[in-house]
Amino acid sequence: MSEEPVAVVGIGQTRHAAARRDVSLAGLVREAAARALEDAQLAWADVDAVVIGKAPDFFEGVMMPELYLADALGAVGKPMLRVHTAGSVGGSTALVAADLVAARVHRTVLTAAFEKQSESNAMWALSLPVPFQQPLLAGAGGFFAPHVRAYIRRTGAPPGIGALVAYKDRRNALRNPYAHLHEDGLTLERVRSSPMLWDPIRYSETCPSSDGACAMVLTDRAGAARAPHPPAWLHGGAMRSEPTLFAGKDFVSPRAGRDCAADVYRQAGVTDPRREIDVAELYVPFSWYEPMWLENLGFAAEGEGWKLVESGATALDGDLPVNPSGGVLSSNPIGASGMLRFAEAALQVRGQAGEHQIEGARRALGHAYGGGSQFFAMWLVGAEPPAT
Amino acid sequence: MSELLSAPLTVEFPFTRSLGPVQGAFLTGLRERVVLGVRRPDGRVLVPPLEYDPDTAADLHELVEVGTTGTVTCWAWNPTPRRGQPLGTPFAWVLVRLDGADSALLHALDAPDPGAVRTGLRVRVRWAAERTGAITDIACFEAYEGEGEEGGAHAADVAEPADRADGAEVADRTDVAEPADRADGAEAADRTDVAEPVDRADGAEVADRTDVAEPADRADGADAAGRTDVEEPADAADPTGAVPRARPHDGVFADPVTSLAAPARLDYTYTPGRAHGRHLAALADRRTVGERCPACRKVYVPPRGACPTCGVATDEPVEVGPRGTVTTFCVVNIKARGLAIEVPYVYAHIALDGADLALHGRVAGLPYDRVRMGLRVEPVWVGDGRHPDHYRPTGEPDAPYDTYRELL
Repeated sequence: MSEEPVAVVGIGQTRHAAARRDVSLAGLVREAAARALEDAQLAWADVDAVVIGKAPDFFEGVMMPELYLADALGAVGKPMLRVHTAGSVGGSTALVAADLVAARVHRTVLTAAFEKQSESNAMWALSLPVPFQQPLLAGAGGFFAPHVRAYIRRTGAPPGIGALVAYKDRRNALRNPYAHLHEDGLTLERVRSSPMLWDPIRYSETCPSSDGACAMVLTDRAGAARAPHPPAWLHGGAMRSEPTLFAGKDFVSPRAGRDCAADVYRQAGVTDPRREIDVAELYVPFSWYEPMWLENLGFAAEGEGWKLVESGATALDGDLPVNPSGGVLSSNPIGASGMLRFAEAALQVRGQAGEHQIEGARRALGHAYGGGSQFFAMWLVGAEPPAT
Repeated sequence: MSELLSAPLTVEFPFTRSLGPVQGAFLTGLRERVVLGVRRPDGRVLVPPLEYDPDTAADLHELVEVGTTGTVTCWAWNPTPRRGQPLGTPFAWVLVRLDGADSALLHALDAPDPGAVRTGLRVRVRWAAERTGAITDIACFEAYEGEGEEGGAHAADVAEPADRADGAEVADRTDVAEPADRADGAEAADRTDVAEPVDRADGAEVADRTDVAEPADRADGADAAGRTDVEEPADAADPTGAVPRARPHDGVFADPVTSLAAPARLDYTYTPGRAHGRHLAALADRRTVGERCPACRKVYVPPRGACPTCGVATDEPVEVGPRGTVTTFCVVNIKARGLAIEVPYVYAHIALDGADLALHGRVAGLPYDRVRMGLRVEPVWVGDGRHPDHYRPTGEPDAPYDTYRELL
């Protein structure tokens, strides 16, 4: 029996900020969920199941927040699930929700992902002092910076590529009213001269720490027919995992990422992603990850990702715009960041991305990764229903 | 077989919580000795208030003030109080339905022994002397010696929404203290929640009830008007805080509480396990010993007892190092929380000779900007450290890229 086609009919997100002290954790998630329902013109009672995701509990210190979010998300009398896959969780959560529709377990599923990073300290949460082990010396940026150096060594990329990406994404964020960072006066020179935090990663090439949430309403073919606005249709979705550390792990281009992308393209019938995908929302928390993921996801040959960046192809007016929303570099509520990539991809193919809309976008990729470059989640959405 | 190690692991953090409008009003109210609830679409009142209706998911924002006296609906005796609990002496956990509320609040009851507690017991709030806008502003509950304290009658006095909405119940209430009870002022001596004049705006109420919000306490001054929907017993010259019905409240207070500190602490016993234990025992002799996978032949340092790619146990010990190669690194210019190392320092991936993956360590003993991929290093031990303090250059020529590129 074939799978039920899955449509995105509602999308909502919060205004992301360093601290959303005006709302409780529930209020933050509710804000995104209520907007998604409003977009879909549905009531809480129309939802059959709720699937939520967030990064590890130490990121807010609320153990099992799903217990107290049941009220805010109208989950009474319905199944409610929580997904955990570290930084990729927003993407995995959307895929679990989509699978419930595709398998005809539920007809309409509300999915939400969130983080209120102001209530904790991610650097602390990621480096708990385990007895007998050498403390991790660097926090998140320091964890990824050596891999960036390895990428530069492997590809011969010139040192300024990261700054180009950061400048592009921060400029894109000015067109996205929900983005956390709106740096009107930013110049490329200011990015290039910003302090070096974890050489080779500069301050302006680093994601912020944000409070924010994202939600989507996913439904079946009948639900899509009733939707007031054009849906985005799911053409392919996949997750892959690998260990954090193992002999032979490729930190620059992890196999789990390559395999995950290949699976999504196979499902969607994509053979040449560079030509067949109109826009990509990639999980780029440090600017150099854009060229790294361009190679990992098959948009560029190995060693050529930085050339794609340098050519301007990934800019708003390029032929493969990457992160028109401003991306993770402009808003990073960690648990929500993956879902924001998925949702922004869907907004593009629905023609609802506002000032950062890419003209004529028909197929878009949403991408998330997490942990020690070990969890990957991606989906490819289109303006047309999938061929059955 | 080396001894099995274990050590305490404490995880502590001063988390914060932003409260939002409903919980913020509730906790600010407690600071002002006002207990607020929220009215659901069906008229029932929830205390503590929720932001969203558990049945309909509707936004809840209609705040109401309820009484500071109430009835125990359920309880459990706690013979051995623990750190952080409301009382240091044995007490009862109680669910208290405050007068005017339709749901119960969980708190502690100060009682001498379990025999003094029962379902239906009338209780009242004992306010904390220092109040900051937290649930602990209610120090605990205490048995309420008011007139008409027939527990049975009260236990049966479950508020029916239909009854309560029309106010028909007011006349039936038996938990309104008679003035006669109060005329002698004997009650004041019993009270433990008498506020100091210093925290009273009017300073005039000390000898009187202090758990009833007075207009002077109220930022909006609307309290008196707010009571007009309740038919006050004519003889209630001294209201007791027993509120027959929840009264509307706008939730507005001066200097509202918007967040609270939520320090958390978890105490674990951590055991590194057999493989890591053997590795640590070797490190004590300043030898680095990994384990080889019998299937893929890769040498894991530190060992984990199993190969993560083959999924088979590893137990063939292999000594590696002590020298190794810097495969990649970064220069850290930003201090990580709780790390005492001066910046800038170099955080590097180091592949010890004979190991099939890199471990992480600090490289020193040369200027930070001279560290490079391929640099040959050796461990430097300091004092009785369990691990090398850092790695320093050996002086050998750099390793060619091809010898470590597969380890990146």
